[in-house]
Amino acid sequence: MKMKLSSKDIGFDVVNHVVLLLFTAICLYPFYYIFLYSISDGLAASKGLVVFWPVNADFSSYVKLLSKKDVLDAAFISASRTVIGTSVTVLCSSYLAYVLSTEDLPFKKIIYRYVIITMYVSAGLIPWYITMKSLGLKNNFLLYVLPSAIGAFYIILIKTYMEQLPKSLEESAKIDGAGVFTIFFKIILPISIPIIATVTIFSAIYQWNSWQDNLYLVNKKELSTLQFLLYNYMNSSMATGDVTRMKAMNMVANAKQVNSMTLKMTMSMVTVIPILLVYPIMQKYFIKGIMLGAVKG
Amino acid sequence: MCTSSLLLILIPKGADLVLNVNSIEKLKTRFLKPKLVLLYSIIPFIILIFVFSYVPLFGWVFSFFDYRPGMPLEKQQFVGLYNFALAFDKFSGFYNALRNTIVLNVLGLIASPLPIAFAIMLAEIKQKRLSKFIQIVTSLPNFISWILVYSVFFAFFGNEGFVNSVLGNLGLITNHINLLGDVNAAWYFQTLVGIWKTLGWNAIIYIAAMSGIDQELYSAAEVDGAGRFAKIRHITIPGILPTYIVLLLLAVSNMLSNSFEQYFVFRNQLTISKLDVLDIFIYTKGIGAGQFGFATAVGMMKSVVSIGLLMFVNKLSKWVRGDSII
Repeated sequence: MKMKLSSKDIGFDVVNHVVLLLFTAICLYPFYYIFLYSISDGLAASKGLVVFWPVNADFSSYVKLLSKKDVLDAAFISASRTVIGTSVTVLCSSYLAYVLSTEDLPFKKIIYRYVIITMYVSAGLIPWYITMKSLGLKNNFLLYVLPSAIGAFYIILIKTYMEQLPKSLEESAKIDGAGVFTIFFKIILPISIPIIATVTIFSAIYQWNSWQDNLYLVNKKELSTLQFLLYNYMNSSMATGDVTRMKAMNMVANAKQVNSMTLKMTMSMVTVIPILLVYPIMQKYFIKGIMLGAVKG
Repeated sequence: MCTSSLLLILIPKGADLVLNVNSIEKLKTRFLKPKLVLLYSIIPFIILIFVFSYVPLFGWVFSFFDYRPGMPLEKQQFVGLYNFALAFDKFSGFYNALRNTIVLNVLGLIASPLPIAFAIMLAEIKQKRLSKFIQIVTSLPNFISWILVYSVFFAFFGNEGFVNSVLGNLGLITNHINLLGDVNAAWYFQTLVGIWKTLGWNAIIYIAAMSGIDQELYSAAEVDGAGRFAKIRHITIPGILPTYIVLLLLAVSNMLSNSFEQYFVFRNQLTISKLDVLDIFIYTKGIGAGQFGFATAVGMMKSVVSIGLLMFVNKLSKWVRGDSII
């Protein structure tokens, strides 16, 4: 029986749509605006002429930025830590989760608690900082890879998933004489692709967005991440006038690099584009991950 | 086989030695059982976790010293509870950081029902593709780094940003607005920034919770003549309430923690009195000013209170809901 739509219903629908679409616009337009700014004439943009369309569109700021050594180095570091760090994290976390999901593991309960407690107990920044320094991880690429190799959250997700796999697979493999690694790589991993995909994406985005470790423990320019470089760009002073003239007048002689608003916007775009491209495609894996994680909470 | 025969010759007759062929085989089966091999294979990871998560805990001992990096612990000057007392001194900045932390978290708690409202509204959208589109776009800000969030708000509220340029051009604004440097608006502005970043994604979590509600309840309600709002009030909200309570309790247990990144990128000279939160305070005093002992002491107190809060909240949850959180 179809319900008649009252005027109250239609009113609600309209308001609902408007509010939701308004918020959606607030989430989407800023990125579009930053993009417009990056390809527009800086002066026109600062006067408010850039709203829905660029003014004097040209990609010169991109060319300029992407040919700078510090940007290329940082992009390489960020890409490297994303690929290497994610691979290490996924491999280590999924293997540990698998072992914790088997029934035979001695001391299983204690070891699992040992892993989970790390989510709730934190030593604090300073002890962590001193530990990292003592381990020789200052100015070391391994800083980006090793500490995040085992994620308690990922362990929970993967372990919950693997515990629901049919035991018969493992058992028949064991009867055939397969060892732990064979079972893991040849049998368990291939059928765990959904949860592995989720963890991979979470981890990759974490690595791409990561810069705190950079802040604390890395001062070598060549090991800077793209995000950290963006932070430096955004915090560099801005010249409201002609940059070259001010430089010539030695007004900015000792200041950090002076960047125009346009360049800052361009740098922001460069850093966010991978996420903008990847996220819509990968979004369903995030939701799956949450669903799976929500079971255990 | 040769080696074992050699061993048999070398072992003096009648000697009470354990080492012979049978024993080696027994040891092998005892220590190389598949179960134990499983255990051995994860030892590297156990060590990794120990090194990065448990070893730092030993660093809490630094809080009792006037710690200078570079010297071994024996040479450091022991100061007992001095660092802790220093925190409670009026001029240390600790109270200011504590106040900021709690205020910002409370504001966040007040804003916490918003994702629920958003999720309920989103569920009322009948067109699937539109609803998916909204979900994807609004959850996107959750996955960009805080630096990029700062870029976005800078592009909008900065001196040459959207608000000042476009709205100024349209005559909607006469004077320059400097929200990023407005100390009085700082707390509320940061709360709004937090909402912008997390609303869409948190709504998805509630949508997932809503999918766990028995659909039969809705059909039964319709038979009883319930309209849209009645259904929301009597079925949806009670259905989501458990999830909300768990998240609320977890948020309370995190009352002393803030997103370091958010307040680090947004802080500036003008707003620092309101935006200096505990995590930033620890960073500034510790790594920034080199007061390692003091910063460790503050961090230690923060961790201990947080664990206490978590245990309290856990007990509370058992009492209220009949189920614990962890």
